[in-house]
Amino acid sequence: MSVDETTVRRVARLSRIKVKDEDVPRLAGELNAILHWIEQLNEVDVADIEPLTSVVSMDMKKREDTVNDGHYPDKVTANAPASEDNFFMVPKVVE
Amino acid sequence: MTALTALTIAEARAALKARTISAAELTEAYLAAMEKARVLNAYVAETPDRARAMARASDARLAKGEGGILEGIPLGIKDLYATEGVHTQACSHVLDGFKPPYESTVSANLWAAGGVMLGKLNMDEFAMGSSNETSYYGNVINPWRREGSDKALVPGGSSGGSAAAVAAHICAAATATDTGGSIRQPAAFTGTVGIKPTYGRCSRWGIIAFASSLDQAGPIARDVRDAAIMLKAMASVDPRDTTSVDLPVPDYEAAVGRPVKGLRVGIPKEYRADGMSQEILDLWDRGARWLKEQGAEIVDISLPHTKYALPAYYIVAPAEASSNLARYDGVRYGLRVPGDDIVDMYENSRAAGFGREVQRRIMIGTYVLSAGYYDAYYVRAQKVRTLIKRDFDRAWDKVDVVLTPATPSPAFAPGEITDPVEMYLNDIFTVTVNMAGLPGIAVPAGLSKDGLPLGLQLIGKPFGEETLFQTAAAIEQAAGRFTPKSWW
Repeated sequence: MSVDETTVRRVARLSRIKVKDEDVPRLAGELNAILHWIEQLNEVDVADIEPLTSVVSMDMKKREDTVNDGHYPDKVTANAPASEDNFFMVPKVVE
Repeated sequence: MTALTALTIAEARAALKARTISAAELTEAYLAAMEKARVLNAYVAETPDRARAMARASDARLAKGEGGILEGIPLGIKDLYATEGVHTQACSHVLDGFKPPYESTVSANLWAAGGVMLGKLNMDEFAMGSSNETSYYGNVINPWRREGSDKALVPGGSSGGSAAAVAAHICAAATATDTGGSIRQPAAFTGTVGIKPTYGRCSRWGIIAFASSLDQAGPIARDVRDAAIMLKAMASVDPRDTTSVDLPVPDYEAAVGRPVKGLRVGIPKEYRADGMSQEILDLWDRGARWLKEQGAEIVDISLPHTKYALPAYYIVAPAEASSNLARYDGVRYGLRVPGDDIVDMYENSRAAGFGREVQRRIMIGTYVLSAGYYDAYYVRAQKVRTLIKRDFDRAWDKVDVVLTPATPSPAFAPGEITDPVEMYLNDIFTVTVNMAGLPGIAVPAGLSKDGLPLGLQLIGKPFGEETLFQTAAAIEQAAGRFTPKSWW
């Protein structure tokens, strides 16, 4: 599989990273080199092999469904680039 | 008198307990050494006021005959760990100005044990790199240089600041993290000891996530005993990390000095990579011989899927990273670059905030997870991971520990490796361990022909950290310790 410039733009869009036009050919080259190298995995016979889901076999820990943290909106929004009255401020989303 | 900063943790601990030195004196010695070593660029934030306050508190506890296992010991913290009210940015521009209102579990454990925080250590951006050249805060310089040369070398990565600071004696030990080799490779490049424990041994809570199924915290220290002391303090069972494993933390230090007689040490033939330098092959043989001379049994083993670990890693790790790093969007923290609308703002913030390597990995991850490719890439890689783990599971029937080189070469120069895939190959010997969730330790074993440190790696069974400390100590005893000559 090989990545063309349209795919680079699509992946950049999905990644929410603005890519300059002049950088697209370089990125296509780099991504292709990495993907080409990764393709050696196709040599491996993975028939009847389960994908690994956990490196250490253990039961998923569960906690009581209770509120045990919170009530500090000042702390939560303290690092926001823009906030007002404990809300995160963003450009207008809905008209 | 020896400089206070030359003391290991074990030595400083004894002197502090005997009150022949104070924690305040020890901390001042480190703060002065840090100032002198700024050319190494190991610290991205120094916290002298906090260090002095913590040292005073330690002295008060020591005076009463109290104190934890790291009481008064000055430590450096990798910038990936959240430290309350202190610079925490994973050395990325995208987290500009971020000061967390909480403390990571591992660093909180260290402070509870009496540790003193000196500051935050440089690293590759979001722990993505093998040379500490991707940090927004600039390269870290390795305190080691080739004999007769004043050319700068990289300290390895991603925990390059941690490794350089420990080697240069500007902290007694440091925290680090390892997703594909980020503790063990820089430890090998700087003549220090670094251990990545079993997945689940240290809590990941409050450590900025890169690839959650691979990330593990661990220490970099000057010798095996210090690494054991550090890991004991760092590890815990944490209800806030559901992957933290419910097992008591053993007294790792007790394993240091335990004889290796009768221990079965595996030598995997697949690690004899093509084009491997004679120097590394000799080092590996010498390591096996040292263990044999101390009564260990050397066993040839096979780990047939070794060569597929690195390409599989470069599917799994970027896939998880693309998901974990989705949160950096200029809304809740860090850098915001305005745009025409909200999506434009996201795209501008992420384009300005992430460096090239991070952008590359997010895009690879997004691609392999995108519609139509998920099975071909991600699911296949996770199946290969099962095979890698199975290789090790079978090996444990025959051996107790596996011995390999830590890196394919000694430290290289900044700018020397520009091809991403060639850079990724630095982790060829370390990455299998993360893929299988096993513990691995890098221990210095000699110097290259140019006088640079070279390391060996020991791989253990799940939760076999004690065997690693025991075996690494045996290698250390035979090889000696390595300290760079100060030029800074």
